[in-house]
Order: sequence, then structure tokens, then C-alpha cells
Amino acid sequence: MTGFDLIATHLPVLTVVIPLIAGFLTPIVGWIDRRLPWYWVMLATLVILLITLSNLATVITTDTIHYKLGGWNPPFGIEYVIDLLNGFVCLIIAFIGFMVAIYSKESVKKEVPGKTTQFYTVFLLLITGLMGMTITGDIFNFYVFLEISSLTAYALIAMGDRGDGVVASFNYLIMGTVAASFILLGIGYLYAVTGTLNMADMHNLLPDIYENKVVLAALAFFMAGFSIKVGLFPLHAWLPDAYTHAPSTASALIAGLMTKVGVYAMVRFMFSVFTPAFVIDVNMTEILTWAAALAIIVGSVFAIAQSDIKRMLAYSSISQIGYILLGFGLVNVIGITGGLLHIMNHAFMKCALFLVAGAVFYKTDIRNIYQFQGLGKKMPITTTVFLIAALSMIGVPGTVGFTSKWYLALGSIEADQWIFVAVILVSSLLNIVYFWRIFDNIWFGHPHEIENIKRDEAPLTMLIPMVILAILCVFFGFFSGYPIEQIFEPLATTLLGGVP
Amino acid sequence: MMVTEINSITPLLAVLVSMVASVLILASGKYPNIREGWTFVAAFIKFGLVISMLPLILKGNVITCTVVEMLPNLPIAFKVDAFGILFAITSSFLWIFVSSYSIGYMRSLKEHAQTRYFFCFAIALSSAVGIAFSANLVTLFLFYELLTISTYPLVAHIETPEAISSGRKYLTYLMIAGVSLLFSIVVVYHYTGTTEFSFAGIAGMDAIPQTTLVILFVTFMIGCAKAAFMPLHAWLPAAMIAPTPVSALLHAVAVVKAGVFTAVRVILYVFGVDLMRDSGIWLYMAYFVSITIILASVYALMQDNLKKRLAYSTVSQLSYILLGAVLITQHGITGGMLHIPYHAFMKITLFMCAGALIVTAKKENISEMNGIARQMPITMLAFTVGALGMIGMPPAGGYVTKWFLLLGAAELHSMILIAVLLVSAVLNAAYFFPVVYVAFFKKPDHELAYKEAPLTMLVPLVLTAIISIVIGIWPDAPGMFLDIVNIAVANVTGGI
Repeated sequence: MTGFDLIATHLPVLTVVIPLIAGFLTPIVGWIDRRLPWYWVMLATLVILLITLSNLATVITTDTIHYKLGGWNPPFGIEYVIDLLNGFVCLIIAFIGFMVAIYSKESVKKEVPGKTTQFYTVFLLLITGLMGMTITGDIFNFYVFLEISSLTAYALIAMGDRGDGVVASFNYLIMGTVAASFILLGIGYLYAVTGTLNMADMHNLLPDIYENKVVLAALAFFMAGFSIKVGLFPLHAWLPDAYTHAPSTASALIAGLMTKVGVYAMVRFMFSVFTPAFVIDVNMTEILTWAAALAIIVGSVFAIAQSDIKRMLAYSSISQIGYILLGFGLVNVIGITGGLLHIMNHAFMKCALFLVAGAVFYKTDIRNIYQFQGLGKKMPITTTVFLIAALSMIGVPGTVGFTSKWYLALGSIEADQWIFVAVILVSSLLNIVYFWRIFDNIWFGHPHEIENIKRDEAPLTMLIPMVILAILCVFFGFFSGYPIEQIFEPLATTLLGGVP
Repeated sequence: MMVTEINSITPLLAVLVSMVASVLILASGKYPNIREGWTFVAAFIKFGLVISMLPLILKGNVITCTVVEMLPNLPIAFKVDAFGILFAITSSFLWIFVSSYSIGYMRSLKEHAQTRYFFCFAIALSSAVGIAFSANLVTLFLFYELLTISTYPLVAHIETPEAISSGRKYLTYLMIAGVSLLFSIVVVYHYTGTTEFSFAGIAGMDAIPQTTLVILFVTFMIGCAKAAFMPLHAWLPAAMIAPTPVSALLHAVAVVKAGVFTAVRVILYVFGVDLMRDSGIWLYMAYFVSITIILASVYALMQDNLKKRLAYSTVSQLSYILLGAVLITQHGITGGMLHIPYHAFMKITLFMCAGALIVTAKKENISEMNGIARQMPITMLAFTVGALGMIGMPPAGGYVTKWFLLLGAAELHSMILIAVLLVSAVLNAAYFFPVVYVAFFKKPDHELAYKEAPLTMLVPLVLTAIISIVIGIWPDAPGMFLDIVNIAVANVTGGI
């Protein structure tokens, strides 16, 4: 066995181990030279990105990867399972992590002065937690990583705006702990009735005891817990403050990833721990769709009322999470395809938007959208990225936002739920309302005052990831045919497992 | 009739050429002459590419080009047929004139943000031709939205609060339309599994239950709010705040015709002649657009601002096209389709004259134009040609289309529709002749010296006026619009 083969067999676990070890080494790296942690984090996230790419490629070309931790056989040992679903989510985590890592250099220097090393340590541990949550096939192991990701997120948020950041973080801590307790209770219940912690094993054991009320209670606990974690309306109260007051880099990371992984977990539990038939049977999906529809509308309406760009984007996230959950709640192939697509699409768009907000704040110290006048002339590239990402949020064809909107609308009709078609379409109008006033401010301020504004663009380390994300928004707007046929549609079919 | 499909990349190039130009325009913003050079180069190349496809189309072929599989089963694809090329020729040909006119207009008024202006103009033209060549509803929707977005900066160009609020109005109407159109497209896809246009209408449309079908038709028509029929017309007069070349090309030709074009595509190539007739929708739609034809003319009577009057006239005339299409008789459709280029040439002449008056005489209101023809005789002569066309009097082209429309209405023995067309002609006369009268026969308030607009503006408007007459005197010249329309009509009616 060559060295390469040795590494190759351990690739699944490396996605978790690398950020974990790199995270613990960061203080040493930072002690050697204060400028080094940035390079260190870039390197670590790049390696993870490559590994997740290779993992996904293996899954597509061969089959699901099962990795036994320490060589112990499941269901007794902990098992890491990579199938299409988490292979894809891992790739998103790694990719967004890498983009944000590149971006972070100047932004962190400005917004968390003197604490860059600590910031990057926590940053990598957050990636560890998210990766672990996604990749694990063991339900208790999942909980451990959930706590890692939550605690690191609290820490990152607390590093933000002086005072407000701490309060927001504390809010999130309370809510997040409640959520985690729910999830832990659910896990305990399921363990009590099945005697196993392995997801696949549980999936096989549960159908026999579905009439048991404990199982139902466990499902309810999971759904409540994850609803808080993803900020599903009306359990979203922690989210706007947390996103607003976190450092820009952390906002982009958390907004782009945290809730996505929460959604992933919800889906994993609904479809791979429980069975779709059971979840439909107890009306959980129907409740989910209505809650999601409500979130879509309310999130957008609240977003219109905001003048702080980060807070506006936070409310918009609440609405967009609704899109994703709506897709899954429809439980048909088209709807789930739309939900899956939107996980990816929203990660690109929202991350780009938060990065833009950070870049604008970096250059001008402005977060109020009504003070954006003349920005189009001052920061043409940044604002163009904003334009593309925002048009994508609106769902203009030729951007990724359109592709997921198309599937969600089609899926709603397929499920004979015309009202959700209306919700999706009305929401895109509301999106226009809250984004267009920013366009107006950026490009159509008072022409004579704008004449004198000099071009003053954000640094290159900020521009590169933003531009890449914007390009991806357009690229996948035109070239989604292949990934949908190869990944999303087969995945949706597998998830449903034969449910019509 | 045998239709051969020919694969070619030309339609894609024709769409992209002004996209590329828009980037070059942006890049050479500091050098106005180079920047305007790109506009001209792109306009000529675009027209050249479009016209190069005409011989094949006249032989009864269609040209197809699949660009990319955007989503499974949903390609971005182009298909050039006779109806598509009719619209493409109209807009790309007129872009050449308006480019010259724009330069004269923008420089005379020393407008700000000219780079943005020419940039958006180029994209808008790409979108218009994209709409013309779209092979399916999704591709069409892509360009439809792009057209809305790219024209917003043109409408809000002067950036005053009034312009911004007009822009918002414009956007509100057209974006709601976009959403409605998207809804309709999703529904069509749900029922038929495709969105590709077909000469006989999309197969499977007749399986849709009648109620759903009617709702679908309504949402489609709301989606075509760019066609500015009442009550969804209010954005068009509001958009008149844009610089006049924009009003001329976009809000008399490209944007509004895109709306009408989409509506006709939906009526004839999605629903299809048979389904329209069998479902009985056509009759309601015919009466519905008749209201606009009459009412918009009445509104036009009440306007003193010349551009606003022209805008309401456009609203009225656009509904002629819709009327023709929903008559679903051979002559009706001919008249409707033919009105797309005919109205374009005449209305653009009128708008360019209005713009010349603004630049040279600084006059926007008809009440201030006493004896203006002594100052600008050529402009006002061109205006008169356009006005005659609108009314439907020879030699200008308008009478040809009106003739076909009347024939179509007569074939259906519909006295009401005949009356609508005739009353509308009278109303047209009632609001255009006063302008001509005021300009030529009223005594000016003070002595006016001869002073015409700069040549970059004067030449295009004279040329379009001449063309308006030529297409009136010799409508059946080989390869001209009537030939193209005949093929398009034969396609959709199955050569009856």
C-alpha cells in the first residue's frame, strides 16, 4: 500500500480532522508571526476543498462511501457515511469556507483588531463542527459536532460590534441551547426505543415501532430543534441580531453555511433516519410547507423595513430558508430538487451579498443603505457583484435564483398547492422592492454630487472571492442542466425512496 | 407546407453582437467618439446578420440554434421563423437610425451619463432581438426580463425624483408582468412538458381544463403588459420622461413591440389558431383590446405634451396588432403582424420629430408650437407623413395594415369591430391634424428663423419618413415586410 493509497482511504475523516488539527495549531502559527494565520487558514480550507471534491467525485463515479472510525464496525462503532447529499453539502461548506477565508484578510484586520489569531482558530473549529455534522452517520456524534459548531458560532458573533455583538451572541446562545436540548432529547428518545445510535441502523429499526408515541415525540423534538437552528419563522428571533452584529467575515460564513447545515440535518433526519412515508403520514411535511411559506413572505416583508444592509440580508435569509424548506416539504422529486438546488444557490448569493456588505463597510464604514449614494462610482466591481447577486435573489432568468424558483414553482403545482406558487412569485416581487431601492441609491443618487467621487475599490483579497461567487451565480444560471441530471434529481429520487 | 430546419449560429451572433458592443462601450467611456463608433459598428453588424438570414426564411425554412441546456429539458435556444425575423429586422434596422439620432440628441443637450445610456441601449437591443429569435418561452422570458432591467436606467436617466418615481412605476408594472408571465410558463410546462413554440400551438394545450385555460390566457396577457393595453398601460406615458431616442426606439418599437410580439407568440404559437377559435377566447380578447383602441385615442386627444400624446397613440396602435392576431383569420393576422414594422417606422418618425423639436426649439407642448413649421419645415413635413400613416391615409404605410384589419373584421361579419377601426381612424385624425394645423397654419407668437435640428438627427427622421411612404406605395415589393408576413401567416394557419 503506497502512501497515497493510505491517505486516499482516510479521505472522509480528513475533512474533519484537518480543520480540527489546523484549528488547534493556529495559535502556534499566530505566535510565530501574526500575519501567518490567514495563509494557514487558506491552506487548510483549500486542502479540505480538494478532499471534498475528491469525495464527491468518488460518490458519483462509484458508490456511497462508508468509513469506519477506528475500524469499529457499525452499528457499534462510529461510522462516517458520504452519499450524494452530504457529499454535496460538504463541498458547499468547503467552498464557501475557502472563499470566506480568502476574503477575511483585510476585513478581520479591521473589524477584530488584535484578535486575528483567535478569530481564525474559532473559524477553523466552526468548519470542523459543520463538516462533522454533515459527514457523520452516527446520531450522537452528530450532536457533538452540533455543539462544536454552535459554540464556535457564538464566539465568532461575540467578536463583532462592541456590546451589541455580545448581546446578539448571548441571545443566540440561549436559543441555540434550547434547540440543542430539544435535539438531544430527541436523540435520547430514539436511543431508548431502538437501542442504536447509527442512523442507517435506526432507519431500519424504526418502521416497526412507528406507532410508538416516543418516536413521534422524538420527531417533534428534532423538528422544533432544527427549526430554531435554521431560523424558521417564527423561531427566527436570534438570527437578525446575530447576523447583523457579527464581524462581516463571520456573517458571511454563518449566513452562508450554518443554516444550510441545519437544513441538511433536518432533511437527513426526516428522510434518512425516519422514512418519508412516516413524516408525511404525521403531517410534518405539511406543517413544514406552511411554516416555510409564512417565513418566505414575512421574511421578505421584514427585509423591506430594514435600513441596515446586514439586517436586511438577515431577514432575507429567513425568507430564503423558507424556499429551501418549502421544496423539501413538498415531498415530490421536483420540489426536493428545487430545495437542494436552493441550498447551493442561496449559499452563493447570500455569501456574495454579505461579502459585499463587508467590503462596503470596510471602505466606507457605512451599513445604512440610504447612505449608499454614489457607491456605483466609488466601488464599481463590488456594486456589480451586488447587482448580480441581488438579481439572482430576485430570480431573474440567467442567474441561479431562477433555476431554483422554477423548480419550486413547478413542484408546488405538481403537489397541487397553487397557493405556494403564488407565495414564491409574490416573494420575488418583494425581493425586487427591497433590492431595487438599494440599486437606486447606488447608481441613481444625485448626479452632481456623484461627479466628484473618486474610484476607491476594495482590496484584491476581497474582490476575488466576491467576483468568483458572482460568476458562479451566472454560470449555474445557464449551466444547471448537468448538475441537476447528475446530482440533484437522482438525489431527490433516492431521498424520497419510492414515495410518489 | 414543408418547413426545413437549418442549424446555424447566426441567430446567437445576432443577439450577442450588441452585448459585446455594450462591454466595449463601457470600456471606452472616456472617448466618446470611439464609444459611439462601437454603437454604429454593432448596429450595422447586427442588421447585417439579421438580414443575412432573410433569404433562407423567405424560402420557407427556419433557422435553429440551441445554445445551452439551462435546466434538463429547458434549453436556451433560438429559432428564427418569419414572424421572428419580422420583429428582428424592424428593431435592428431602426437601431441604425436611432444610433445616429441618439448621438445628435445626447450631445446637443449635453446629457450626463452618456456611457451608461449607450451601454443600456445596446443591451436592450440584444434583448429585443433575443425575444424575436427565442425558440421557447423560457428563452423569451430570459430576454423579456433583461429588457425590463436594461431599460430601467434609460427611463430613470435624468435621475430627478420625478424620473426615479416614473422609473419605479415602469418597473412595478413590468416586473409584475414578468412574474405573471413566469407563472404562465410554469403552468404550460407543467401540463405539456415543453415550452417550445410550435406553428400549430404547443401540443397538449387542449388537454388543459377550460377554466384553467382561461386563467392561463389572462395571466399570459398580464405578462405581456409591455404591450401596454389598458388597464396595464400606465407605465408607458410615465416612461416618456426618458430621453426622446429612448421613447422613439424602445417605447415605440423595441419594448412595446416585444410585448405585442410576446402576446402574438402566445396567442398563435402557444395556444394556436385552433385552440383560440375552439375555446372562444378570441372574441373576448378582440372586444377587450377594442376598448383600448378607442379609449387610448380619447386619452391622446386630451394630452398637450406631444410625447405623451404620441405615447397614448402608441397604446392605441399596439392594440391594433393584438386585435389582428386574435381575429385569427388570414387577413386579420396579416394586418396585425404587418402593423409591427409599419407602426414602427411611422411612430419612430413622429418621436424623432418630437425630439428634434425639444432639442432645437425647446418645445414639448403642442400649445407652444404655433407656426413651428416655419422654423423646422423638414421636421414638420416628416411629422405629417407619420401622422398620415397613423390615421391610415395613403401614401404613408398605415392604410395597408388598416385595410387588412378591416378585411379581417369584415370576414367575421363583425360590425362592431369594423366600427371600432373606423372610429379609431377618426380619432387619430382628431388628435394628429391639430398638431399639423398648429405647426403649419397658425401664426407664430414671434418671428421664427429657419433652424433645423443637427444633421445626425434630421437625416434619420427624414429617412424613416421616406421609408414610411415607400412601404405604403409598394407594400408587396419582393422580400419586403408583406412577403415575410405572408409566410408567417401561412405557417400558423397551415397555409389555408
